[in-house]
Amino acid sequence: MAVATPTRAFGASIRRREDPRLITGRGKFTDDIHLANAATAMFVRSPHGHARIVSIDTSAASAHPGVLGVYTFENVKGFISGMPCAWPTTNTGDTLKLATYPPLADGKVRYFGEAVALVVAVDPNTAADAVDLVHVDYDPLPAVINNEAAVAPGAPLIHDSAPGNQAFRWSLVGGDTNGALAHADVRISQTLVNQRLIATPLETRCAVADYNPASGEVTVWVTSQNPHIHRLLIALSTGIPEHKIRVIAGDVGGGFGAKIPYYAGEALCIFASKELGVPVRWSESRSENYVATAHGRDHIQHIEVGATKEGKITALKVTAYASLGAYPSTAAPGVPTWLFGCIIQGPYDIPNNEVHVIGVYTNTTPTDAYRGAGRPEATYMLERVIDLVAAKVGRDPVEVRRLNFVKKDQFPFKVANGTLTYDSGDYELALDQALHTVDYTHLRAWQEEQRAAGKLVGIGFSSYVEICGLGPSSAANAMGFAGGLYDSATIRVHPTGKVTVFTGVHSHGQGHETSFAQIVARDLGLKVDDVDVIHGDTDKVQHGMGTYGSRSAAVGGGALHMAGMKIRAKAQKIAAHLLEVAEEDIEWVDDAFRVKGSPDKAKTIPDCAFAAYMAGNLPAGVTPVLEEQHWYDPENFVFPFGTHICVVEVDRETGETHIKRYVAIDDCGEIINPMLRDGQVHGGIAQGIAQALWEEAVYDENGQLLSGSLMDYAIPKASVMPHLELGHTVTPSPHNPLGVKGIGEAGTIASTPAVVNAVMDALSPLGIHHIDMPLRPAKVWAAIDAASH
Amino acid sequence: MEETHVGISVEVNGRPHRSTVEPRTLLVDYLRDDLGLTGTHIGCDTGQCGACTVIVDGQSVKSCMVLAVQADGAHVRTVEGLAQDGRYHAVQQGFWEKHGLQCGFCTPGFMMQSVQILEDNPDPSDQEIRDALEGNLCRCTGYQNIVEAVKAAGATIRSGAETMALGTGVGA
Repeated sequence: MAVATPTRAFGASIRRREDPRLITGRGKFTDDIHLANAATAMFVRSPHGHARIVSIDTSAASAHPGVLGVYTFENVKGFISGMPCAWPTTNTGDTLKLATYPPLADGKVRYFGEAVALVVAVDPNTAADAVDLVHVDYDPLPAVINNEAAVAPGAPLIHDSAPGNQAFRWSLVGGDTNGALAHADVRISQTLVNQRLIATPLETRCAVADYNPASGEVTVWVTSQNPHIHRLLIALSTGIPEHKIRVIAGDVGGGFGAKIPYYAGEALCIFASKELGVPVRWSESRSENYVATAHGRDHIQHIEVGATKEGKITALKVTAYASLGAYPSTAAPGVPTWLFGCIIQGPYDIPNNEVHVIGVYTNTTPTDAYRGAGRPEATYMLERVIDLVAAKVGRDPVEVRRLNFVKKDQFPFKVANGTLTYDSGDYELALDQALHTVDYTHLRAWQEEQRAAGKLVGIGFSSYVEICGLGPSSAANAMGFAGGLYDSATIRVHPTGKVTVFTGVHSHGQGHETSFAQIVARDLGLKVDDVDVIHGDTDKVQHGMGTYGSRSAAVGGGALHMAGMKIRAKAQKIAAHLLEVAEEDIEWVDDAFRVKGSPDKAKTIPDCAFAAYMAGNLPAGVTPVLEEQHWYDPENFVFPFGTHICVVEVDRETGETHIKRYVAIDDCGEIINPMLRDGQVHGGIAQGIAQALWEEAVYDENGQLLSGSLMDYAIPKASVMPHLELGHTVTPSPHNPLGVKGIGEAGTIASTPAVVNAVMDALSPLGIHHIDMPLRPAKVWAAIDAASH
Repeated sequence: MEETHVGISVEVNGRPHRSTVEPRTLLVDYLRDDLGLTGTHIGCDTGQCGACTVIVDGQSVKSCMVLAVQADGAHVRTVEGLAQDGRYHAVQQGFWEKHGLQCGFCTPGFMMQSVQILEDNPDPSDQEIRDALEGNLCRCTGYQNIVEAVKAAGATIRSGAETMALGTGVGA
């Protein structure tokens, strides 16, 4: 690897600054926090999907030696009565029925694994013993799991406050879809299931709460992607004043959206610490994580498409039934609505489209954002549609994509439903680069040879655009999100010129401690090694909104660059003063302020910092010290895009899919660190391939989670992952201060349809045009078998 | 309660420990909670994820599948013992150089398993590495850079080159 020089820090593949502690076992994850005299919390959880609680007998558990407390809803409701929803959205009048989400079951359990009682004991073994001593008498009720069955007449009612189990209806309409459908040359109807997934960060959720009864202050270590949002929601839900709450999310072992929400387990550690006067720690087991941490996706989509005989799509109508699970999680209503519906036409110019979403309650674990959050559901739908249209009109799916793309000269491009304006793009460029990489003409010829030899080989495409850099606060507020979506940075240049940066976003694998140092190193002419990045502690860092929606580089990085420019502006005055020239007679060249025409006469940021701290020789009106802060509220979202191509062979005898080749061309605008960018794409693709082929949260009709551990839920292993070939185009965002667009979710969004389209292409000679995910061998084999008879 | 505890002697990273533990205590909990060696992580409860992989008497094991009492008299190596004499182990260096980790939670287990792989065969093929990592799950990397990391570590070991000193910066 080439080692970058300081002035080339931005854009170089620099190894990560966070790694030394993580590779030596010195990371500090939440479960690594061991406080003196800490007690352990554990939960009694429901064995039923839906049941009335007849009685809870805590006496034996309470009497067990070493047990400090046993609590039910009646005991905790005075501290916290419900978990808040931060995105209570609808756009169809008063259809939103936001059910109360109690921290412990309130008379009824509504999903398998719902917490019924809290046990706190001196150590984990004692707590585990006591959990078994709590006796709960249940009266089981019929459960409903399927999204459409939930809103069918006669379905078991989950919440009295939500008649028919409907949480909301939500719609966006652009153009005249019905009219265009009526006049279309060809029409296609299709139902697609985007199955329920479990995020599975390798670290489960944990919390440690330490309430100080003397000061009224509480410190909470928690596995969070957004510590300030956690602090706000803790304050709003418990009444503990916000300035008395310190939230620390140190090293966090992956999030993927599942660590955005504020959960009952975290709140109840605070309750127990306050109640008992000792620190209280809680750490999920994996089996507990699979029922107690938010799931993702879970749509049933009915689609109608109209197109010309050339394959130009003229109308698209989508009706989606989206499950919130049993209760509304923190951001849940926003995911299947705004994050899905706004981008329903993807990278295509589809003038007439409408999307209707019915949010439903089912007897399942609550859902929330999972990597991509809404955009994978839209992209999968659209990319299947393109291939179905191509098959219907008898054209190459590449040409149908090209025909429908928003063209390079159409940017900025306003989508038909009016909600979004795509900032910049060149969708054909990414497609062409992907085609070139696979040598498409020869690839199709190879496919013909393979088919002639009896093999089932397929080539699948996926072109996408995503909404990233969430986002302008005005847009977030208009979409019903109860918060701003700006972000923040403080740059503290120390007297020696070394720098500490405080960022309001959070890194849980993304590598901000490196990429953000690269931004500052470029802006201030320093070495990356001279810049430390601090995040995740609300007592250290100014208010920020955390990390999700591929927003960190675009919004957090944007804030950092703007703060850096404030440092430069102040330092320029000091430099001119020290050089005894007018401010306009110096300029920033490479890594220092230099006198125009005499570049050897120069002052660096460390020179200016030292003078700023000495403070006796500063120009008039310039304050001591070199420290600046900026809150950046973007004017628009950013819109990364790209094309992925997957080549598969399906084993005719077993139904097993083998990925022969995988090419990903992504455009995330400017690239801060190519090595980290590639890492994000690798991991994203792995999760997307996994949805296509293996992963599915499966419930039985009673609401039992059958895929309740890593023995039953198939996340990919090294041996099943193909080697990934990555490439990129660079189309900077015209409005982002760094020109960046975000890359954290692209791989997940793009890869799922690429794989499914490849398998369907492989099976197309058999007359098979669609199989719902995951495309496990048994399901594919059954389809092959049925088609052969 | 005390009379149900059992005395054990375990050498961890070259240092002897004498402890009393409940018979049901897992080796991973003993390392984390009794010895404070929190570099070894717990990612599941069914033996699938491998985050807790350590080396016991020269053999990599999932320390959630071993009782602490079974390690009585054993020599245990954990991630905290990988770096020696102020220098990184070749496997640590490989993971760092090749971006073989993102969140870092599964990493100690992957590195201990990688040490085992390379002690068995310092020049494994890509497929041999992928197969030998079957027992370790990573959700961040898609495994591609982990494979590269193990290969780079193997090359370092085979060449006998000195590894980076602890405290080395990123050089930029």
